[in-house]
Amino acid sequence: MTELPRSYADRDAVARTFDLFGFLSRYGTVIALVLLVAFNLAFTRNFATMQTLNVNLTQVCTIVIVAVGMTLVIATGGIDLSVGSLMAISGALAPMIFMGKILPIGSIYLGVAAAMIVSVLVAGLLGLFNGWLVARFRVQPIVATLVLFIAGRGIAQVMTNGNLQTFRVPEFQWIGLARPLDIPAQVIIMAVIVAAAAWALKKTLFGRCILAVGGNEKASELAGIAVSKIKLAVYGISGLCAGLAGLIVIAINSSSDANLVGLGMELDAIAAVAVGGTLLSGGKATIIGSLLGALTIQLVRYTLLANGVPDAAALVVKAGIIALAVWLQQQHRG
Amino acid sequence: MNRARLVRIIGTYGVLIALAALILFGFLRYDRFLSFYNVMTLLRYNSMFALVALGMCFVIMTGGIDLSVGSVAALGSVASALASPYGIVPGLAAGIGAGLAAGLINATLVTRANLMPFIATLATMQAASGSALLLAGNQTVSVSYESGFTAIGQGNFWTFPIPAAIAVVAYLIGSLVLNYTGTGRAVLAIGGGEDASRLMGLRTDRVKFLVYVASGGLAGLAGVILASQFGAGQPIEGVGWELFAIAAVVVGGTLLTGGSGSVVTTLAGVLLLGILFNVLNFENGMGWISLSAYWQSVIRGLFLLVVVLLQARLTRRRLNAL
Repeated sequence: MTELPRSYADRDAVARTFDLFGFLSRYGTVIALVLLVAFNLAFTRNFATMQTLNVNLTQVCTIVIVAVGMTLVIATGGIDLSVGSLMAISGALAPMIFMGKILPIGSIYLGVAAAMIVSVLVAGLLGLFNGWLVARFRVQPIVATLVLFIAGRGIAQVMTNGNLQTFRVPEFQWIGLARPLDIPAQVIIMAVIVAAAAWALKKTLFGRCILAVGGNEKASELAGIAVSKIKLAVYGISGLCAGLAGLIVIAINSSSDANLVGLGMELDAIAAVAVGGTLLSGGKATIIGSLLGALTIQLVRYTLLANGVPDAAALVVKAGIIALAVWLQQQHRG
Repeated sequence: MNRARLVRIIGTYGVLIALAALILFGFLRYDRFLSFYNVMTLLRYNSMFALVALGMCFVIMTGGIDLSVGSVAALGSVASALASPYGIVPGLAAGIGAGLAAGLINATLVTRANLMPFIATLATMQAASGSALLLAGNQTVSVSYESGFTAIGQGNFWTFPIPAAIAVVAYLIGSLVLNYTGTGRAVLAIGGGEDASRLMGLRTDRVKFLVYVASGGLAGLAGVILASQFGAGQPIEGVGWELFAIAAVVVGGTLLTGGSGSVVTTLAGVLLLGILFNVLNFENGMGWISLSAYWQSVIRGLFLLVVVLLQARLTRRRLNAL
């Protein structure tokens, strides 16, 4: 018993000293981002231009949008490996609709509207299917979403017979090419989604329920939270985000290749979420963090490429940064 | 009691029954299904996946996961292709060495830095992929045909494909280690409850360390076979292998939560997925249906879905029965 007060005192003493790891883990992503920008301002030619900003933002947009859905899924203690395949499905489906391959639609505006709504909804429904497997059958999220990871790209390839679909439809491609007020349209979409999700996670009952489920599922259930519904919802949202990202990718490319759209996206999104400071075990999540995480990874890659480092070496550096970021966060918790 | 036992038997041997049923179906339906050529080609090609799945099986039994196996295999294939002019042994050593090095990094990240296996091996996956591209100079590296290196992938041991023989030996060793050594039992104990295992005095970190190193080494070996079989080190091959391996392990009845599993049924899982493709090819050859290669992944996914749903039912019943 005499030990107890002393150990409390010790803990207070530790808390008073400057906690380097704690500081780094809380603000590490922001510090890294600031350092990267500073480095680039000093060494990379033509860095401080609108063009650099736009290039980086347009490249990171789809990762951020997918990462928002992924953050919500991970916040419940799950994971969604199927996002890349869902992007391929929505990317394959949309051109088939607005080019009239499924059924001829008279007005191009009607066709584009139908294409956007239907393909994003289909991706959302497939996301619900993931959620159904997780919530109803208690399949582990990795395995449940592995099903669509494998089958999903195959479905997209079967739909298009593996063929490239090319198109030039400005009525559709504004989603990736338009620049209202000189800001790329997809950056605006990304900002809206990030803001909405960050608000929902912090301020709404739904958001608090997501975190509660991730923190302690049993306790949440006993407290009367509809755990199954929450899980269905987050996987559905993740599907919707992936579907939208798929549309943006094909709009930028003016073509849709079911073999390539969204390939490897699940890993980019998970890396962004992890670097951003969301706990992979669930219960603690930050949407803004995921945004910063994605920006950091993107800027690392840009910095290396702009300074003549080959893409392959950039991959190795990126891997090191992901590991380091997650390790730093753990020091804080531990 | 009887019902519970029945459920347990189906859970363990379901994959073997399914495998037997699929083989019987193929045998009855297609003339050349069990022909010597078809069987040997099947075994030769699937030996790589079998090796990767074996490592994955051990990792999963400890409750972890190894996402890096695919790109580690690619790295191994490049390393062995570069070393292949010096002969079989340097080729093997380079490929397995590269795999072991990657496994060592995984093991260190998981046991020393306490990273979640998912993240640690995700990082290694990207690093290995980048290293493979750097080492290969962004292109495939053709192997030397003079040094005899291609025998590892293309040769026969009497009439049995050498890569398949390597896989069989690896599975024998894996089965012995799992069932008859302290380390093997510790693997399952850790997956069942890591804290409890540590409190009981098991050296959990050491066992986990070994498991990740072994998985890396096996992936490297798979890479050697890849380079040798196809005559080139391929830095961008191996995409999706980790998920194939996980699927095979799951189909084999090993729970992803760890703590239970079997080496033999994992091999059956690999064969089941491999034969499924084979049957599809034969079916196309019959001319009744014409499914493009793209259907393969759809069918593989559906198959995984069925297995997962069955497993979910079985495990729930098993829990109820206890």
